[in-house]
Amino acid sequence: MEFAELIKTPRVDNVVLHRPFYPAVEGTLCLTGHHLILSSRQDNTEELWLLHSNIDAIDKRFVGPLGTIIIKCKDFRIIQLDIPGMEECLNIASSIEALSTLDSITLMYPFFYRPMFEVIEDGWHSFLPEQEFELYSSATNEWRLSYVNKDFAVCSSYPPIVIVPKSIDDEALRKVATFRHGGRFPVLSYYHKKNGMVIMRSGQPLTGTNGRRCKEDEKLINATLRAGKRGYIIDTRSLNVAQQARAKGGGFEQEAHYPQWRRIHKSIERYHILQESLIKLVEACNDQSHNMDRWLSKLEASNWLTHVKEILTTACLAAQCVDREGASILIHGTEGTDSTLQVTSLAQIILEPRSRTIRGFEALIEREWLQAGHPFQQRCALSAYCNSKQKWESPVFLLFLDCVWQILRQFPCSFEFNENFLIMLFEHAYASQFGTFLGNNESERCKLKLQQKTMSLWSWVNRPSELSQFTNPLFEANNLVIWPSVAPQSLQLWEGIFLRWNRSSKYLDEAYEEMVHIIEYNKELQAKVNILRRQLAELETEGGTQESP
Amino acid sequence: MEHIRTPKVENVRLVDRLASKKAALGTLYLTATHVIFVENVPDTRKETWILHSQISTIEKQATAATGCPLLIRCKNFQLLQLIIPQERDCHDVYISLIRLAKPVKYEELYCFSFNPQLDKEEREQGWMLVNLSEEFERMGIPNNYWQLSDVNRDYRVCDSYPTELYVPKSATAHIIVGSSKFRSRRRFPVLSYYYKDNHASICRSSQPLSGFSARCLEDEQMLQAIRKANPGSDFIYVVDTRPKLNAMANRAAGKGYENEDNYSNIKFQFIGIENIHVMRNSLQKMLEVCELKSPTMSDFLWGLENSGWLKHIKAIMDAGIFIAKAVSEEGASVLVHCSDGWDRTAQVCSVASLLLEPHYRTLKGFMVLIEKDWISFGHKFNHRYGNLDGDPKEISPVIDQFIECVWQLMEQFPCAFEFNERFLIHIQHHIYSCQFGNFLCNSQKERRELKIQERTYSLWAHLWNNRADYMNPLFRADHSQSQGTLHLPTTPCNFMYKFWSGMYNRFEKGLQPRQSVTDYLMAVKEETQQLEEELEGLEERLEKFQKVQLNCTKVKSKQSEPSKHSGFSTSDNSTANTPQDYSGNMKSFPSRSPSQGDEDSALILTQDNLKSSDPDLSANSDQESGVEDLSCRSPSGGECAPSEDSGKDRDSDEAVFLTA
Repeated sequence: MEFAELIKTPRVDNVVLHRPFYPAVEGTLCLTGHHLILSSRQDNTEELWLLHSNIDAIDKRFVGPLGTIIIKCKDFRIIQLDIPGMEECLNIASSIEALSTLDSITLMYPFFYRPMFEVIEDGWHSFLPEQEFELYSSATNEWRLSYVNKDFAVCSSYPPIVIVPKSIDDEALRKVATFRHGGRFPVLSYYHKKNGMVIMRSGQPLTGTNGRRCKEDEKLINATLRAGKRGYIIDTRSLNVAQQARAKGGGFEQEAHYPQWRRIHKSIERYHILQESLIKLVEACNDQSHNMDRWLSKLEASNWLTHVKEILTTACLAAQCVDREGASILIHGTEGTDSTLQVTSLAQIILEPRSRTIRGFEALIEREWLQAGHPFQQRCALSAYCNSKQKWESPVFLLFLDCVWQILRQFPCSFEFNENFLIMLFEHAYASQFGTFLGNNESERCKLKLQQKTMSLWSWVNRPSELSQFTNPLFEANNLVIWPSVAPQSLQLWEGIFLRWNRSSKYLDEAYEEMVHIIEYNKELQAKVNILRRQLAELETEGGTQESP
Repeated sequence: MEHIRTPKVENVRLVDRLASKKAALGTLYLTATHVIFVENVPDTRKETWILHSQISTIEKQATAATGCPLLIRCKNFQLLQLIIPQERDCHDVYISLIRLAKPVKYEELYCFSFNPQLDKEEREQGWMLVNLSEEFERMGIPNNYWQLSDVNRDYRVCDSYPTELYVPKSATAHIIVGSSKFRSRRRFPVLSYYYKDNHASICRSSQPLSGFSARCLEDEQMLQAIRKANPGSDFIYVVDTRPKLNAMANRAAGKGYENEDNYSNIKFQFIGIENIHVMRNSLQKMLEVCELKSPTMSDFLWGLENSGWLKHIKAIMDAGIFIAKAVSEEGASVLVHCSDGWDRTAQVCSVASLLLEPHYRTLKGFMVLIEKDWISFGHKFNHRYGNLDGDPKEISPVIDQFIECVWQLMEQFPCAFEFNERFLIHIQHHIYSCQFGNFLCNSQKERRELKIQERTYSLWAHLWNNRADYMNPLFRADHSQSQGTLHLPTTPCNFMYKFWSGMYNRFEKGLQPRQSVTDYLMAVKEETQQLEEELEGLEERLEKFQKVQLNCTKVKSKQSEPSKHSGFSTSDNSTANTPQDYSGNMKSFPSRSPSQGDEDSALILTQDNLKSSDPDLSANSDQESGVEDLSCRSPSGGECAPSEDSGKDRDSDEAVFLTA
């Protein structure tokens, strides 16, 4: 298929671009297969270079012969293009619409992108499951790698390699898979080295209304318990929702069959409820009215921070069970691909210092989101401006990033990465030149041959030149568990994401620069002092050797 | 002291407000100046001190099986819940505190007994630290247009104004006196701030006694004189900071606002800021939200909105921004008033000055600003902050709102202020503490009569001596943000104004960020300074060494490697914390899970509880609570918060006493 067919008008002159905080710019608008580009005439520099896949929705308006296109992006930015000529405007609008909603993944930009940088380390091989497992296997021999899913036959949303209790063989895993939603049998998510407790995750058990049981399932999760110890099952659904799930063949672990496990129900919302929450929040943030009351009530009505609080609270509870109660836990909701992953990954941020480093966080996303089968393609297809009623879109990953930001705000010195790193991940999850977030699971990614045909986001991010902008200057390794506060007073709207295009960040950016400056100057002096000390010491020993004979 | 019915009660429990099952056992002492609670834990004997003057309300609650609960709310937003075993003791404490918290004579206040061990000379120097005539000199006053007037010598014209007042040169004593008779409480228009760059000024007064039609030639001449003192503009703004309706209602009482027809070349403007009663209720509502035990996000946001607090903060800021723009951009002078010109007028003038003048954004300058716009111009500290027993309807958080406006600005302009959040919090604390004499009484006249300067100490000197604690590490005098006027975005954004948990929940340490960027950067800067000194020393020695090396002189090298980041204790300290009760209202937490009969598991948990709250564990072996400075408080029930450690809070500032 040729993009040219979709591009009705490739180029329009005298287009005026309006953006918040910038003066209007007049220039030439060009459409390519994947980008919308506006370059001003003066010095031929690009003022705007926008991926079509970043476009969430567009509006058109006409005043006489002057057409206006308002482009709403998935990163919440809104820009306006004034295009002379009604026909050009209509052509541009329909071209953008077609190009931003391509059906086929293989037409997406990552399949066409040719990096202009030298690849130092191929990100596709940066976080191999075997390597990740080695980190654990040094501490425990109770777990093993299983290749039971190597052709994705047992569970279509699991990766080929998973970590399971050593005492459970692949045959048992196959049986358990038939008892768990989507074949998602319990697998290891995190091993707490401090006390050997673990976090496992899975899909819901398929107990149905007649209370079906599966001995192998019971055996599998019991295999993770120490003698005489109990574990906790955290169900991310309310008891009510979990009970209702039985009617559709799902359900939850019955006490009678899992006597060594205590079940805790939390209620983390899913799907369209989160999507509606995001839509309302972004709408509130874009409301320019001067009324304080309206802002607070809209913020409240969006429920966004309520979701943040609920997810964070559940993650803290999970971490508390592991670290303070000394108990292993199993976490699941319905499918085990959304709220489950929010909780398992946030619990690791709290418990595990490594996941607060840049590499560690990347590994966490690779393990707990990409490999674990969070359906990025479905969830991030549209963002806050969409009005489609499809039910697969949901800002699950953005909520996770928001929760990480909340913890980062409370522990500003304990993370190796900064806010920009989280914002960058948000952007790339929704629109990217890299293949990392394409597809819904490993199986789909394999079929798409992403490793061969696209570039990994990590190949780009982990270059020293890029890393510098994502590194938190305040970072000091902190080996402790960090317990965030989840009180409403402690949670804030993430301005860096939601008000990013609505307020000037000039003064805040200056403050950040000043902070970097203070710390770098300190390091510089430290280095100088060390050099001089060494010189002096050398001179003194020379002096000494001359003297001594 | 005669008001103390019982000086000591034993076996009192101090309840952790956020985790009601957690309480510290100890002894309660009542002294002439403080309520003191000393915990029984032998090693630490943690003490909580509350100044009587900080006590806002005392509430005796229904007696329970465990004892008689007493709830003490403080003006610095601390909340103390005590459980006293005997009803009789509780009553005695209650009655004593009711009296102690409401002194009837100034001499009962703490500042008259507070003795920081300074000699007379040091005390006098302390009072000289902030000097208003110097401040006007700094602004360039007196000059060709403005002069010092002695019309209020011995407070002959206006007893709530200071003696030294600056007025337009063309305003004769006749005009001033005439104008004063036409203004509420004779508070005639005087200079508050002069903007050197373009001669525009901010003047302040009370409302005119215009009624429905009265006019006063001298008052009109006075405004005329203010306009003439600014050759760059042919009009002045008159800003009435009240809602229009309130101002109109005042006309019926023979007061009111300026009629544009009677005054030549004025532009009259209402900017609606609500009165002290509305503000008092608003704060009350917001504090109720802060006190909620385990609020949901909706409870909190809804309550915050319903209190209207941030709306009022925005109104004050809007007025300040309007005036700052009029002065700096239009070059027009502004006369500001409300009713009496000592509450809203003080707020608005000081916010505008802060926006216009970098000096007021420094540590010293901020003290000067408060001294000028609040203390000297007769803001009624005694009435507003209830230092002495008085009419509760006079109490209102007027200066608290100003202090919050400053914080909101600091959030927007992180590099523009020399001081940090702690500075604001401590000033707020001392406005109520009455530990220093600065904020006593309602006017300069009263303070002079009481001989405050001879009998008490100045807060400004105290803050200045401890200024290292109050510095904003991001401030640089040569930074573009610290120059000139602060420009707020032209499109007013509501989301600019945020809830200040650092103030209103300041005693709930668990709700605050656990690591302080400010403290961290201060430590880095301190180390940087040491490094600079060492570098200089090393360079010198190296040079010397190279010179004398020929002579083989042995210089002993300094062996000690400075421990890296030795000073950055903040981040270490702050990581210490314990989990909150994340299990919500116990519907689902393990040991209270509704699921059937797992008593043994609950038992196991209880044992775990015991184990992890073991002081040994929490002090050392337990990593997360290994550092003692911060304790995290659980926001909810906490019936079985499995392992909350009782943290130990120690605040370095002797005046701010924390409870764990």
